[in-house]
Amino acid sequence: MTPALRIPGFLLRRPSADGSLVGALLILVGLGLVVLYSATEADSGSVVRQGIRFGVGAVVLVVFSQVPPQMLRNWTPAAYLVSVVMLMVVAILGEGRGAQRWLDLGFVRFQPSELMKLSLPMMLAWYLHRRQLPPRWIELGVCLFLIAIPAGLIVRQPDLGTALLVGVSGVFVLFLAGLSWRIIGLLAALGAAASPVLWHFMHDYQRARVLTLLNPEGDPLGRGWNIIQSKVAVGSGGLYGKGWQNGTQAHLDFLPESSTDFILAVLAEEFGLVGVLILFGIYLFIIFRCLTIATLAKDTYGRLLAGALTMTFFVYVAVNAGMISGLLPVVGVPLPLVSYGGTSIVSLMAGFGIIMSIYGHRRFLKSR
Amino acid sequence: MKRPAYKPLKDTLREAHLFRVRAWIGFALIVLVFLILATRFFYLQIVKHDDFITQSEANRVKIRAVPPNRGLIFDRNGVLLADNRPAYRLELVPEQVEDLEQTLERLGRLITLAEDDLERFEQLRRARPSFQGIPLRLRLTETEAAAFAVNRHRFNGVDIVAYQNRVYPFGPSLAHLVGYVGRLGPDDLKKVDASDYAATSHLGKTGIERFYEDRLHGTVGYEQVETNAQGRVLGVLESNPSVSGHDLFLTIDVRLQLAAEAALGERPGAVVAVEPASGEILAMASNPSFDPNLFVNGISAQAYRELLNSRYRPLFNRALQGGYEPGSTIKPYMALAGLELGVITPEDTVFSRGFFRLAGQERRYRDWKKGGHGRVNVVQAIEQSVNVYFYELAVDLGIERIHDYLAQFGFGQPTGLDLLGESSGVLPSREWKRRVHAQPWYPGETVIAGIGQGFMVTTPLQLAHGISALAMRGETRHLHLLHAVRDPLVGDIVNEAPPPVREIPVADWQNWEVVIDGMEAVLHGSRGTARAVMADDPGYRMAGKTGTAQVYGRSQDEEDEREQDELPEHLRNHALFVGFAPTEAPRIAVAVVVEHGGGGASVAAPLAREVVQAYLELP
Repeated sequence: MTPALRIPGFLLRRPSADGSLVGALLILVGLGLVVLYSATEADSGSVVRQGIRFGVGAVVLVVFSQVPPQMLRNWTPAAYLVSVVMLMVVAILGEGRGAQRWLDLGFVRFQPSELMKLSLPMMLAWYLHRRQLPPRWIELGVCLFLIAIPAGLIVRQPDLGTALLVGVSGVFVLFLAGLSWRIIGLLAALGAAASPVLWHFMHDYQRARVLTLLNPEGDPLGRGWNIIQSKVAVGSGGLYGKGWQNGTQAHLDFLPESSTDFILAVLAEEFGLVGVLILFGIYLFIIFRCLTIATLAKDTYGRLLAGALTMTFFVYVAVNAGMISGLLPVVGVPLPLVSYGGTSIVSLMAGFGIIMSIYGHRRFLKSR
Repeated sequence: MKRPAYKPLKDTLREAHLFRVRAWIGFALIVLVFLILATRFFYLQIVKHDDFITQSEANRVKIRAVPPNRGLIFDRNGVLLADNRPAYRLELVPEQVEDLEQTLERLGRLITLAEDDLERFEQLRRARPSFQGIPLRLRLTETEAAAFAVNRHRFNGVDIVAYQNRVYPFGPSLAHLVGYVGRLGPDDLKKVDASDYAATSHLGKTGIERFYEDRLHGTVGYEQVETNAQGRVLGVLESNPSVSGHDLFLTIDVRLQLAAEAALGERPGAVVAVEPASGEILAMASNPSFDPNLFVNGISAQAYRELLNSRYRPLFNRALQGGYEPGSTIKPYMALAGLELGVITPEDTVFSRGFFRLAGQERRYRDWKKGGHGRVNVVQAIEQSVNVYFYELAVDLGIERIHDYLAQFGFGQPTGLDLLGESSGVLPSREWKRRVHAQPWYPGETVIAGIGQGFMVTTPLQLAHGISALAMRGETRHLHLLHAVRDPLVGDIVNEAPPPVREIPVADWQNWEVVIDGMEAVLHGSRGTARAVMADDPGYRMAGKTGTAQVYGRSQDEEDEREQDELPEHLRNHALFVGFAPTEAPRIAVAVVVEHGGGGASVAAPLAREVVQAYLELP
């Protein structure tokens, strides 16, 4: 901290990265690219494109890691508002294949729902930061309202999966803020009671996915195909797998979407249970490390935000792994930082950038 | 900001503690979920491993898309206009081919692979997933198929596939109307549901084939096939058959179509025949035509260039898109407008002394007959096609009222026929001229509008549309080409619901008869312009109107054929005729345009008579 560095802004400070977290992320990304190479039939072009996306993601991560949490907090309501407005714009004039999810700004196309994955937990953390915790009915009401607006807009796109994930990220903030178990139990009971209503509002294709899960053999040529073939890929992998690039399920094209949503099945087929457990270990370590950082955060905002982002990250992993192994319906949730595709990488990396920033401004660290 | 004193202070230590507890409870739950997932993978990968490894090894089963049979196209009596005939094509599955370039090179020595074939293959290869078979050569000859069959073992991933080849038995007849299918290209894949076209090699490019693509295509099927290690299909295990497209029955009567084409002969032009009561198109000919069969499997670049550059543009559908001045064929509508709007009565007469002059202007608007027709009423004016009568009428009506009245008969707008690319023609008005030409409307333009000259442009289809409304005394239906449909799953031929009735209200019903009397006199009157056409008295009455569309704009001389003969062919006038028969209960309405044919009376009217005669004589 030489005096000469006092004048430049926050962007010029030493990167406040947590070495072990960065290391784990790098290992995860590297493993993902290795599997992707095999899943795309040795298409180095795809691997390079994915690598470029990670490069962009890394830049985003570094930028966010340099934004002090307090500054982020100040900008939070604006970010939330902008996200909501963009969701509304998409609802009115968005374009997309079948579902309206994309916003075209001319120079870039993106999904506002991805932005909302960050700005909703930010908004709840911002709000609860100003209130006395644990939250009571009034805070709960406000939070549920803040969740319902974006979730409702995303459901209408229609993208039930993302709406649930965005909603869940908000619920995690409430949970981490210490919402009483009594209220949690009550909400859970209400949710269970509301599921028939949800069923009523589902689109046919969404219902079909649920029904297929319950009985994949019912339509083995059609909707059941993915689940059956995915399970065969996983199961035939065994303990050590068939070896890299030797997965017959993926390479003979029995496995659909093998480089995107079903990439975990390729990994399971080629690297076996050992590979799966190593992957789970990496994820678990990342989650553990992020939660630790969350507990070190200087204020409630940082704590709640880091915690909720981490737990949402976990939900992605769990839902994808559950889908691959036939425990959950086929929903379009990619395996974070491993599946091919660019949209989620940036928001995930931004999330990790925020967590790194919170780490850099943690408690007990002498702040200038 | 200062907090109000009564609000409890934020207990940051307690909040931090609360968070820690929750975070670690959360983490415990996360670990639990990972344990459940790990157990699940353990169950699949260790406990059930033997089952799945067997399944995976037995997994020589692949899903293959099966193309639906394209619906057939018939005429109204069930005569086949578009057929599917079995043929063989060469297909290549890129992912099963080790060295694509070398394979293509070796194949080329066995089977002729044209530049076009390879180009199209390359485009499709980039657009389709690599496990899908991509057509390399269509319509293999028997020799070629045999040559490949013997050498098949040398070509992994290449196979002969049976498919249905589209054939148009009538060739150039109906080519514009039925259209043709062409090979599916990468651009087409963006317009259709790619999974539904996964196995489809052709789709409708023009005409009925294009307009009713949705109904003709059918639904893709899938079959589970057993393959060997190279992916070569050994047998079909289970199939989810494709659903054939619907068979279409057109309103066309192919016998009348052929008669109309024969009547046109070599002359460029168009004939549209309609059943006026129903709006069903009975025949729609555009000459010259082309052989649609050339396009099915990709026309050679040279043949295509020849068609494009041919002087009379055979690819152009004159009936649908050709724009012609209506000439005197517009006069009956003008007369009706005059009667209906009270500008003239059936008894009113005009004295024709050979020309008309606008007040205060020098310019003469001439009659086609030197010295004029003398004193004529409206019926005689139609019968003899008296220009002066209609010049005066047009001036009295004014262009706005002319526009509004003629619009009721469908001029200036597409008829809404079930074909793509219809022209809307031009029905001029002040507003139109300002918009398109940025100029005011001049009085002289109203004068010549009275005899269908100037800016007005109509398609043969619009002429038929208008005349069928006139024939039916204002109560007809929109023109259409689809008569009935057969869903192969059901098997019954189901008639299409007719389009809504098109009603043109009149103040006095008798006005229709006045106009139609004039049109009947054109063919049966002692001074009718086309009286020679019905001189043989065939036992029914026909009504109609001749017309001449100017190509070489020199005068308003109607039916002036003397000088025409001296002009080079491409400057001669277009001959037009619209008419219907029998007059009192019309069964057929026709519109005829013969390009550079000269006079409507001498060329177009006899042609129309031939078509009418052919129809009325049909068994």
